[in-house]
Amino acid sequence: MSVTKQPAVSTDVIVFRKRRNVELALILFAQVFGFGGWVITHLSLYSTLPDNLVPVGAIWFGLGVAAHLVVRFRIPYADPLILPIVFLLNGIGLAMIYRIDQIPEPPRTDAVDQLMMTALGLVLFSGVIIALRDHRRLQRYPYLLFIAGLAMLLMPLLPVIGVESGGAQIWIRVFGFSFQPAEVAKILLAIAFAAYFYEKREVLALAGKRFMGIELPRARDLGPIAIMWLASLAVMVFQNDLGTSLLFFGLFTVMIYIATERPAWPILASIMFVGAAIAAYNFTNHVPRRVNAWLDPFSDYDRNSQIINAQFGFAWGGLFGRGWGEGRPGLTHLAKSDMIAAALGEEIGIVGLMAIIMLYAVLIARGFKTALISPDGFGKLLAAGLSFTFALQVFAIIGGVSRLLPLTGLTTPFMSQGGSSLVANWMIIGILLVISHRGRMPQAATAAPQSVDQMAAVDDHTQVIAR
Amino acid sequence: MNGPIRKVATFVSLLMAMLLLNLTVISTVRTESLNEDPRNRRVRDAEFSRNRGAILVGNQPISQSIERSGRFPYIRSYPNPEIWAPVTGWYSYDYARSGLEQSFNAELAGTSSEQSVGRIVDVLTGRRSQGANISTTLHAGAQQAAMRALGEMRGAAVAMNYETGEILALASTPSYDPNELSTVDLTAEREAWDRLLNAKDEPLKNRATREVYPPGSTFKLITAAAALEDGLVPSSMVDSPASLRLPNSSRSMGNSTNCGGTRVTLEQALKTSCNTAFGNLGISLGGEKLQAMAEKFGFNQEQSIDIAAATSRFPAELDQAQAALTAIGQFDVAASPLQMVQVAAAIANDGVMMKPYLVSTVTNKDLTVLSAASPSRLGQPISRSTAELLQQMMVATVEDGTGRPAQIDGVVLGGKTGTAQSAPDRPPYAWFVGYAEDPKVAVVAFVENADIERNDISGGRLAAPIFKAIVEALR
Repeated sequence: MSVTKQPAVSTDVIVFRKRRNVELALILFAQVFGFGGWVITHLSLYSTLPDNLVPVGAIWFGLGVAAHLVVRFRIPYADPLILPIVFLLNGIGLAMIYRIDQIPEPPRTDAVDQLMMTALGLVLFSGVIIALRDHRRLQRYPYLLFIAGLAMLLMPLLPVIGVESGGAQIWIRVFGFSFQPAEVAKILLAIAFAAYFYEKREVLALAGKRFMGIELPRARDLGPIAIMWLASLAVMVFQNDLGTSLLFFGLFTVMIYIATERPAWPILASIMFVGAAIAAYNFTNHVPRRVNAWLDPFSDYDRNSQIINAQFGFAWGGLFGRGWGEGRPGLTHLAKSDMIAAALGEEIGIVGLMAIIMLYAVLIARGFKTALISPDGFGKLLAAGLSFTFALQVFAIIGGVSRLLPLTGLTTPFMSQGGSSLVANWMIIGILLVISHRGRMPQAATAAPQSVDQMAAVDDHTQVIAR
Repeated sequence: MNGPIRKVATFVSLLMAMLLLNLTVISTVRTESLNEDPRNRRVRDAEFSRNRGAILVGNQPISQSIERSGRFPYIRSYPNPEIWAPVTGWYSYDYARSGLEQSFNAELAGTSSEQSVGRIVDVLTGRRSQGANISTTLHAGAQQAAMRALGEMRGAAVAMNYETGEILALASTPSYDPNELSTVDLTAEREAWDRLLNAKDEPLKNRATREVYPPGSTFKLITAAAALEDGLVPSSMVDSPASLRLPNSSRSMGNSTNCGGTRVTLEQALKTSCNTAFGNLGISLGGEKLQAMAEKFGFNQEQSIDIAAATSRFPAELDQAQAALTAIGQFDVAASPLQMVQVAAAIANDGVMMKPYLVSTVTNKDLTVLSAASPSRLGQPISRSTAELLQQMMVATVEDGTGRPAQIDGVVLGGKTGTAQSAPDRPPYAWFVGYAEDPKVAVVAFVENADIERNDISGGRLAAPIFKAIVEALR
């Protein structure tokens, strides 16, 4: 099939292969990793198979099949690799949370909660796919979504419902349920940015004055940008959450760059980021502390014991890891959430963690691929922006845990404990799949013009369905 | 918009590559130092949970791991703790290790590179790996006799087969119970550590190997060796005034014993431990010759024995007065008991100094031998004839000189007493260093807090019985 063949005549209709059966096989295969991790953990800790092996297996693989069926019947042209990768990551995260649950006496049951959150995430994922046949409908309300997103982002600063935890004010608690509104804000703002920048891309790129090689936009176009910039600052200063602030700023920068195609934007943003970082280093207490914990953690063992213990975990795991249930991930504070990469490095080794990073890389690559083939600019922007948030999160948190960067409190997508992040990320996957379905479905059925480079040839990914 | 998307994707792939590269750095560069960090509880717990091999004297374990249940599946146990603590050292969760537990840690734990094949087999067969057993050269009777003879005193004794270099006894008192430090009750462990560390008698010190003391008159053996190598004979006459004015100094040296005249033979000087005679020898030989001879015997050299040992020191660039003082083992010269037994052993072994060793074989649990030690020569500090003359003089010292308290019926013994002043307000150190021809053993006995008069007869009276007890235990 790899023989490249030019379409003979213009009546050829070349479409992407659906690959739904491949997807199902991959999902089931991917789920084996998480399931296997759980079983092996139980075996090595208690020397017996788990009592609830069959029901848990049925629920877990049932979730996979259900997600597949929703995709198969609603968005059959969606990218076939994304869902299996997410199941693999989610499963390994669940297994590791279960493994760390077993350390205290009596064992905790956080993995059960996390599994329920996975199920809820899949419900919302399905909801997105079923309700949102066409992602372009999201394009209609940029300002509304923008305001909603900002409100969500700043909600933890409200007096009654805002909760401080671990030094950062990023939680709210309503009716006994707590969640991180920034995770939902991430989706809302990504959609709002995509819609806004797509609409204004020409004005942003061309109108306005040139200053130092940069096309400065007109003041009225700059308004939302300035607001976003201030909101990012507010998150950093008042919520004490460097990671989220960095995430939104990065998302914003990448989207404006893709929309305007002006490299001046990322350059300007980098300068502003460096400036802000230097200011934060000089005028705050916790930033210098984090930088010190990054560069020279051993200078203060007690204060930096979390990051030091993560390093001990990597060293103890070595190249191939101690094995599920054989390491000591519990010695690292927050091993289930922020530090789950260290726990994985300890038990499945540097090699295992590298494999996980590669999985994230493939997931992100498929996201960018979705952006490339999306026929409409809004879809491109949204898919690229959402993929980039995954990339930034993975880079910041795994880089922080492995001392490539100062540690920032971001979640490891799909893996670390925490319902808000898991559910929000599943919804993002739903949106990505819808965009990819629109991008890959036969173009005759869509009104949008076919992009040229996708029509070039019949190859492994495409087939001729009509002449 | 696809152009920027491609660029962003390239940027992201760079970020991911940086993550992978950084993990590679962790794995290749940082892992080793992280695993060696004493604060790394993972390593410490695993280490403390190992089934270590035993340390054996003959077939009897003096340190072994006993299975138990709980956080740590094994506990290190010392069946006869106080007797063997100077050899085994301690093995603890919080305070690392010492003695053989430290120097053979990798073999005992089963983590040495020679044991890697066995470890892989253990992993593949699912067996819990075990460390190797360490067989020592020690003689249980001699060790017990040494510890008992030292009794309550602060001191040390080392016995060594001078023909092979095998250490037969290595005693240091007061001793301690290493079981208190190897306990899995970490609170009790910390209390015991604080108590032992702050005890007035400093029981955790290994006085036999890790401490150096002024050797006093026992150093006269080295001065005599230098004089004989310089052409003197035992019958050479040496001035032995009642008081020796030290050149270019306001001080003078007196005798603590009766030298038997103001001009005596070298043999007589050694027999009576005559200070002024040896002071004169030191002046005539000069610092450099003394230093050369001391260094041939191992001073200023790193000590090679299977447990940590201190380097004995001989000061450099001595003036005449300092040479005179050094020749009688005062001034800045300092030796460990282990060093002094090597001096006696080299003399007894006709001038050939053997490398002392404590561990004869390292044996896997399946009885395959991992490594075996064999006698090896360290060097020859003195000629055979010098050694024979010194033997003759040392034998005379025991027969008819300050070493009389060491006499044993039917055994040819040579020896030299010593009493070294540490500080004017502290009791002097008592030494006895000597050898027996049957059994072939060189022995040093040392007492730190000798509550005695400051003369050599007293030093001999206190330390010689320890020597005697050890030799008798070996007969």
